[in-house]
Amino acid sequence: MSHLSAALAHCLPELILAAGILVLVLFGALRGKESGGPVTEIAAGLLGLAIVIIFLGSKTTAVVFDGAFIDDGFGRFMKVLTLAGSLVTLIMSQDFLAREKIDKFEFPILILLSTLGMLMLISAAGLIALYLGLELMSLSLYVIAAFHRDNLRASEAGLKYFVLGALSSGMLLYGASLLYGFAGTVSFAGIAETINGKVSLGAIFGLVFLMAGLAFKMSAVPFHMWTPDVYEGAPTPVTAFFATAVKMAAVAITVRVVFTAFPGIVSQWRQIVIFISLLSMVLGAFAAIGQTNIKRLMAYSAIGHIGFALVGLAAGGEAGVSGVLAYMAIYLVMTLGTFAGILSMRVNGEGVENISDLSGLAKTDGVMAFFLAMMMFSLAGIPPLAGFFAKWYVFNAAIQAGLYWLAVIGVLSSAVAAYYYLRIVKVMYFDEAAPAFDRPAAAPRAVLAVTGILVLFLFAYPGVFIDATTAAAQSLF
Amino acid sequence: MLTISLSQFLIVAAILFTLGVAGIVLNRRNIIIVLMSVELILLSVNINLVAFSAFLGDLTGQVFALFILTVAAAEAAIGLAILVCYYRNRGSIAIEDINMMKG
Repeated sequence: MSHLSAALAHCLPELILAAGILVLVLFGALRGKESGGPVTEIAAGLLGLAIVIIFLGSKTTAVVFDGAFIDDGFGRFMKVLTLAGSLVTLIMSQDFLAREKIDKFEFPILILLSTLGMLMLISAAGLIALYLGLELMSLSLYVIAAFHRDNLRASEAGLKYFVLGALSSGMLLYGASLLYGFAGTVSFAGIAETINGKVSLGAIFGLVFLMAGLAFKMSAVPFHMWTPDVYEGAPTPVTAFFATAVKMAAVAITVRVVFTAFPGIVSQWRQIVIFISLLSMVLGAFAAIGQTNIKRLMAYSAIGHIGFALVGLAAGGEAGVSGVLAYMAIYLVMTLGTFAGILSMRVNGEGVENISDLSGLAKTDGVMAFFLAMMMFSLAGIPPLAGFFAKWYVFNAAIQAGLYWLAVIGVLSSAVAAYYYLRIVKVMYFDEAAPAFDRPAAAPRAVLAVTGILVLFLFAYPGVFIDATTAAAQSLF
Repeated sequence: MLTISLSQFLIVAAILFTLGVAGIVLNRRNIIIVLMSVELILLSVNINLVAFSAFLGDLTGQVFALFILTVAAAEAAIGLAILVCYYRNRGSIAIEDINMMKG
């Protein structure tokens, strides 16, 4: 009995979310149509509570539930990022959903469900847990992508995401089945023991298929083709969710899989990671140049940033993982800020999403233009903003690992990418003013201000932040 | 007495998996065929898992296969629901009509 309660204590955040979801579904069904507001508030409270529990909970590493669930510093760090992404997305989505008349109580419940899936995914210590967490996350995501169900573009986005997502889970599963067959076990630790050094062809095939499935969830090239369409078609808060929380979970499980299941065949998976990282950086830089829709531009930007984060993974070791963690944390803050800006783009009650709609924003709304410009500078990686440090950590790790040319190509593609970020700043500050935006809601504005301040002043206190990422990275080795 | 070896199971599963992927990638007509191909992929994985489980003498693979069956049912339900939504808005489920967003 004490054994079980000790195990349950390690997954308390997940348990609270799971129980909360069941209660909220019942509550929403009984209260009917008007329950959107209270359900959202309770859902936000649950996400906040989960973050608090992670901060107060145990600081040790424990593997529970027969080797299926691991609770460690790395997982806790990524869980806090994921929960923060979900929480902020949920808070700033309310106003948008109400204006589009899709503020149903199912939305916060689906966000909670997919967050629960992400937490289980981050803590997965075996292939079965990985698959179940991934599917719980993805199935909820397919539904919220098509949440605006009377809208053709949203349902098309949902359909595309579903078809390609199902294909990618199929590939991931095929890889998992091969790994199970050739290693004889589904736990990552067991796989690591079996294929330490001696590699069979079947295990390599399994690794490749598994990485393909994970690359799809991270939207890394060559499995990125769904990203621009889904980002453009889905409702903006959903796009923000895709770009933040989902990316955190996908990167976290990729890092965990390669370092806990395949530490013995680094040279094999490093080739794959270098390949997808290189292609993602280059495609993210060049394909975004011609975009006119800002959500589509952010999709290519996300592809590029995943490429940069994977540079840290390719570098490997503690420095590399700590670089990935730092990159993802800073990327989360920058993306939330940018999407808070995009959510504020409304003219006469209609949402607009073209870059030209931002023309002359500095004259009509100087504060928003300033913070949005800071986000763009930071995404471009201009010092002393946070985005520069993110890139510095991963490229530094790559150089220490001897991957000079990968770092050089990364720096070159970030220089190309700077062009389209700076173009947005130019449009906001130097173009003829477009019609002014409506007075934005309080929540996106507050998010934009807070993330803007974090991005601006990270350089003043990097020590605390770096200590956290280093401690989290150490728990993985 | 004819015995079936592990590699024969794996070859069947590999053929089914390839057919499923080809069905998604090459099919130019109908989304329903895509959904069928997805099921084919998942079933090929199940053949793999059950065959490995039998030959390894380890039950985990069969447990995994049961989980996959369950999730596949949920996935099909959600896929069809999204498809119905899309059909209401577009009036067609032909693949060449899914072209609102490009670039």
